[in-house]
Amino acid sequence: MQLKLDQHAPIYMQIIDEFKRQIARGDLRPGDRIPSQRELATMVQVNPNTVQRAYREMELMGITETLRGQGTFITSDPVRLAEIRREMAGRALVGFVREMHALGYGCEEMVAMVRGTWEQVVGAAGAGGGEPDGNRGV
Amino acid sequence: MATVVFENVTKRFGGLRALDGLSVTVREGTILGLLGPNGAGKSTMLKLMAGLYRPDQGRVTIDGEEPSPKTKAKVAYLPEIDYLYGWMTVQQILDYVSAFYKDWDPARSKELLDFMGLNPTARVRQLSKGMRARLKIVVAMSRSAPLILLDEPLSGIDPPSRSRVLQAIVSEFREDSQTVVMSTHDVVESENLFADVLFLKAGKVALMGDAEQLRAERGKSIRDLFEEVYA
Repeated sequence: MQLKLDQHAPIYMQIIDEFKRQIARGDLRPGDRIPSQRELATMVQVNPNTVQRAYREMELMGITETLRGQGTFITSDPVRLAEIRREMAGRALVGFVREMHALGYGCEEMVAMVRGTWEQVVGAAGAGGGEPDGNRGV
Repeated sequence: MATVVFENVTKRFGGLRALDGLSVTVREGTILGLLGPNGAGKSTMLKLMAGLYRPDQGRVTIDGEEPSPKTKAKVAYLPEIDYLYGWMTVQQILDYVSAFYKDWDPARSKELLDFMGLNPTARVRQLSKGMRARLKIVVAMSRSAPLILLDEPLSGIDPPSRSRVLQAIVSEFREDSQTVVMSTHDVVESENLFADVLFLKAGKVALMGDAEQLRAERGKSIRDLFEEVYA
């Protein structure tokens, strides 16, 4: 797992966000085992207590489940997973709309531009198979 | 685990006050980053904890006891200087050091040696600076000491070695039984390691706190705070 920490925000929150992002993108799937706390701490060179806090919060948020002696796993609860994906999309949207608004674009214009850009970026790649199974549905 | 308390500690070297009425409590189970420019008093604090210096005024205690031969058994100290004999091989160093400590863990030592990519038959004198720094960390972290003191373990070594040293600290640190105090002026690479940070300035505490809390409260990285404190 790669983690780019920006260090201006609490690190445990960034660890949680990274897991959420990977879940939303389908890089982590329901029931996948995630690294142990010590493995992750060593991998990203972060204080074990910080990782412990991130894992505890994820458990409380229902993102992960820990099975005694077996490790920590991504939840298989479809509702929870859909919520995470929606939350990440919401954040991306807020960032995008704020930035475009600051650049002086109105709503209709933005929507039209999104369509155009979709054709350029995804449309072309889509034909060649950007997403092999076409469905990362949670 | 160990709690360290500095109560109004002053340490002078000639006319210079290396520590000036310093009061600090290091909570047990933390990794404390001791930060500050050269001459701020970082090494002096570590040496007082290691029992190599005595305070001129005030008191330093480890679990209520002043540093003594008795507390030394609890403390693993990694000095900044090159203190390992150059004529020994890596393996000889480990055999030699292990004889001093009851809490030496041979299995962990072996594992760390492999992780660091150190050749047991190489002579210390022939090791690069980075490799010598790796060996020092193996020596310090192979003990199950409740208090681990690391004086500039990253100083002046190559990036891959720095990364290895940081990984070894994280993987060997036992948060339920150990306290680590590490000095560095290289905040950028090590700040994620610290649960607490202490900024020293001219022998006094300029700022101390929980690293995550400082980030949340101030919206700044420890590195940014470092630049603020020493501007």
